[in-house]
Amino acid sequence: MVFQGYRRTDGKVGTRNYVGILSTVVCANEVTESIAESVNGTVSFIHQQGCCQTPIDIQQVTETLIGLGKNPNLASVLLISLGCESVVVEEVKAGIEASGKRVASIVIQDIGGAAKAIAEGCLKAQEMVHEVSLTKRESFPASELILGLKCGSSDTTSGLFANPALGIASDEIVKLGGTSVLGEVTEFIGAEHIIARQARTEEIGNQILELVKQMENRAKSTGCDIRGGQPTGGNIKGGLTTIEEKSLGAIAKAGTAPVNAVYKYGEQPEVKGLVVMDSPGREPEILTGLAAAGCNIIAFTTGKGAPQGFPFVPVLKITANENTWHHLQDHMDLCLSGVIDGRKSLNDYGRDIMDELLAIASGKKTKAEISGYTRSMDIYTVGPVI
Amino acid sequence: MKIEAIILSNEDNVATVLADLEGKSSFQIRKGEDIVEFRVAEPIRYGHKIALRHIEKGDNIIKYNEVIGRATKTIEPGYTVHVHNVESLRGRGDLD
Repeated sequence: MVFQGYRRTDGKVGTRNYVGILSTVVCANEVTESIAESVNGTVSFIHQQGCCQTPIDIQQVTETLIGLGKNPNLASVLLISLGCESVVVEEVKAGIEASGKRVASIVIQDIGGAAKAIAEGCLKAQEMVHEVSLTKRESFPASELILGLKCGSSDTTSGLFANPALGIASDEIVKLGGTSVLGEVTEFIGAEHIIARQARTEEIGNQILELVKQMENRAKSTGCDIRGGQPTGGNIKGGLTTIEEKSLGAIAKAGTAPVNAVYKYGEQPEVKGLVVMDSPGREPEILTGLAAAGCNIIAFTTGKGAPQGFPFVPVLKITANENTWHHLQDHMDLCLSGVIDGRKSLNDYGRDIMDELLAIASGKKTKAEISGYTRSMDIYTVGPVI
Repeated sequence: MKIEAIILSNEDNVATVLADLEGKSSFQIRKGEDIVEFRVAEPIRYGHKIALRHIEKGDNIIKYNEVIGRATKTIEPGYTVHVHNVESLRGRGDLD
């Protein structure tokens, strides 16, 4: 099985070929957006972080920005910094440059304000787009796919059909030598014993259990009960009663492959196969984490119809809820309702997902890419804003 | 054939409803390759769960052959099993 991708100097393979305009701090978002809106072939990433945070979070934001910049779907990168923020733009630049990519930066306070930064940024971005437009797609084996797994706005059909079918596709990618990244540790709660059993070693199993314990304790440390937020109101309306029920359905998307390693939020896997990444379940943070980890494609199952994609990683939207499929045509890419009708099996749908992933990896546009429903992203932080 | 409801394992005391059962007194539940006829006691919404047997207050609710919560009230067969009669056992702060 092959797809048509873009070869990068560090050996990674992209499924898209954008110039990324990345904001290093919330205060540079306006300039970042203006440049991306003005130059075709660019894509922006904006967020709410980068300053007035604890050192552990500034470190996490810096590492995540480096990871995003290194993502193989970006051919080159333009960083937009305000100048006085805690994240050090030169550190981010050097981190991304280690992948061999061209990286430029603009500092708004140094250049003399937003208007000059936008003008200079547009000129730099145009030059970069011109340069990267020469890169052609080539044939690569499916082992070069780094698949991010996500489910959101889940209902009971997610756990019964969409996630198990995605699990079959994930197993197939692993079998072909590719990588599959499972995040959403909150949604291991009540199902962690199953994922821990899937771990290749006892040590990895213990790391998984420890991550879940930390996530559960973090929620409890606020003095509140996790039940107020998980499952969400929409999940409950869709028939999911408890976090345990939601989790048991959610982990089915990881299939049955052994878990080969556990990584930090946004950390790039060094091993292939199925890996676990620490992250919460909320869309802006997990999608960003998967992109920073180097995922070149993401599969996202939904019951009630979560609309988000990601700015530069294609996100395949899968639902097994026929009502959602008909009602939200501009957001859904694939419908698996035939299991309920008795028309198709989960295995048939596992193959359909695999085919669709290869087509999208080769350039077929997802609904989220077409609608541009991709911009409200953020970086996961653990401490307070100070 | 269209599945009206599904039981995922032998141990489960709930089934998931996958059709609109409004106004129906009974429906067919898929269990592996078998189909069993079951009586509905109240209208149950698409995607929601139905009790398959008498569930005592404090009993575990079993789906996927796993515990998904605990009954806070006695639930009779044919009735909806959801947040009004089930509680989660995780992330609460008041349980170990």
